[in-house]
Amino acid sequence: MTGLRASNLSFSYGEKPALEDVSLEVGAGRFCALLGPNGAGKSTLFGLLTRLLVAPSGMIEIAGHDLARAPRAALARLGIVFQQSTLDLDLTVRQNLSYFAALHGLSGRRATTRIDAALDRMEMRERAGEKVRALNGGHRRRTELARALLHDPSVLLLDEPTVGLDAAARAAITAHAHALAEAGKTILWATHLTDEVQPGDDLIILHRARVLARGTAQDIAGGDRTLQERFLSMTGTAA
Amino acid sequence: MNAWVTSLRAIVLREALRFIHQRERLIAALVRPMVWLLVFAAGFRAALGLSIIPPYQTYITYETYIVPGLCGMILLFNGMQSSLSLVYDREMGSMKLLLTSPLPRGWLLFCKLVGSTMISVLQVYAFLAIAAGFGITMPGWGYVTVLPALLVAGLMLGALGLVLSSLVKQLENFAGVMNFVIFPMFFLSSALYPLWKMAESSELLHDICAVNPFTHAVELIRFALYLQFNGAALGWTCLAAAIFTGAALLGYDPARTRMGRKT
Repeated sequence: MTGLRASNLSFSYGEKPALEDVSLEVGAGRFCALLGPNGAGKSTLFGLLTRLLVAPSGMIEIAGHDLARAPRAALARLGIVFQQSTLDLDLTVRQNLSYFAALHGLSGRRATTRIDAALDRMEMRERAGEKVRALNGGHRRRTELARALLHDPSVLLLDEPTVGLDAAARAAITAHAHALAEAGKTILWATHLTDEVQPGDDLIILHRARVLARGTAQDIAGGDRTLQERFLSMTGTAA
Repeated sequence: MNAWVTSLRAIVLREALRFIHQRERLIAALVRPMVWLLVFAAGFRAALGLSIIPPYQTYITYETYIVPGLCGMILLFNGMQSSLSLVYDREMGSMKLLLTSPLPRGWLLFCKLVGSTMISVLQVYAFLAIAAGFGITMPGWGYVTVLPALLVAGLMLGALGLVLSSLVKQLENFAGVMNFVIFPMFFLSSALYPLWKMAESSELLHDICAVNPFTHAVELIRFALYLQFNGAALGWTCLAAAIFTGAALLGYDPARTRMGRKT
């Protein structure tokens, strides 16, 4: 198994359950959308998948490595784009990427080559010397994505990565993530926006801490309704 | 091993770059002890008489007495400043980057600690240079022998900052840290007055000062500045550093932390 597998995850903040018996499996080369209204438990699930939180029960496997037993091997195969920006605004794009590369043990020529390749991939090379503070929201997100891909992870987690972006930037980032899946990466994309999900994508609908549905987006939507309509009818909330 | 050194270098460099970008932090770090040295000390000199106590071999001016305490003050405030920036990092998300790196969390926190200590020590040397400019000098080799003492004291106070950053949930709560940690630690120590002076007014306060790890950090620095070794101060400072580091590791343990929670 080279993708992402989680089984029977539960987590609560005090008395309030945030996740109840959640399982998921995303194969290599698949784009899986994790769709849920605000407060469904998406960020908690990401916290568990990234080991920022530890679940009292259940198991997580990243590219074949058990996150509890071999956290370093598992995290080394994991790329993460958090909902919040992780970039230092007063450092340049390149300085930010160098810092992240070093946190993954990459330095010198190897790091420079990877950074240049990542910037080229995201069409950000000409902005490498600019301070992040000077970038617009779309470019900051592209920098985040370049950062998350620097160490060539097998599995990429993106937690509502299009928050605050305009329509064009949103479409570009979404298309890029789909292209990464086609290139063999495992993508888990958390969102509450149905238009970021393509019909052939795997889809997990999370609602009130539980998995409500899983399958491909077109199967869950059914033939006669849009995914948005189906999602609304299932969750009873605005998408 | 290379990944460990690479991460250490990167984290220290990032701390240094951030510090360079915050010029006001450097100015504040230098102005605060200079105000004590040049304004308060001038007033207190007349009020306080100092006897000959180790490591001094003669009567000294009050300005000379408080220099080690002010070095400690810089380390203390900088440790807290680093703690504040960790809370900020956590609120802004960049802490998550550090904590999801495939290196042991303890090592990454240690790197942070080393970075903030290096910056603290540089500020102390800048302060000592300015003090020397005002004629308050130490023995020449004292500026060299104080370095290990500053590193140990800086690591201890930085570790305390790490513990606090794991406990303080929001940036706004940091005022409490000032009132309940920094001020008591600084004033209930030998930084501004020798402990025998404190004992004259209150035995209880003297005992509190004597167990305050900051007192031992200051004494470690004081003795090192005068080319003397204070084993007890080193022992207490190292013990406090070990306890604070252990508590920080617990505070950042993913099984206990709420780091992944939305803010």
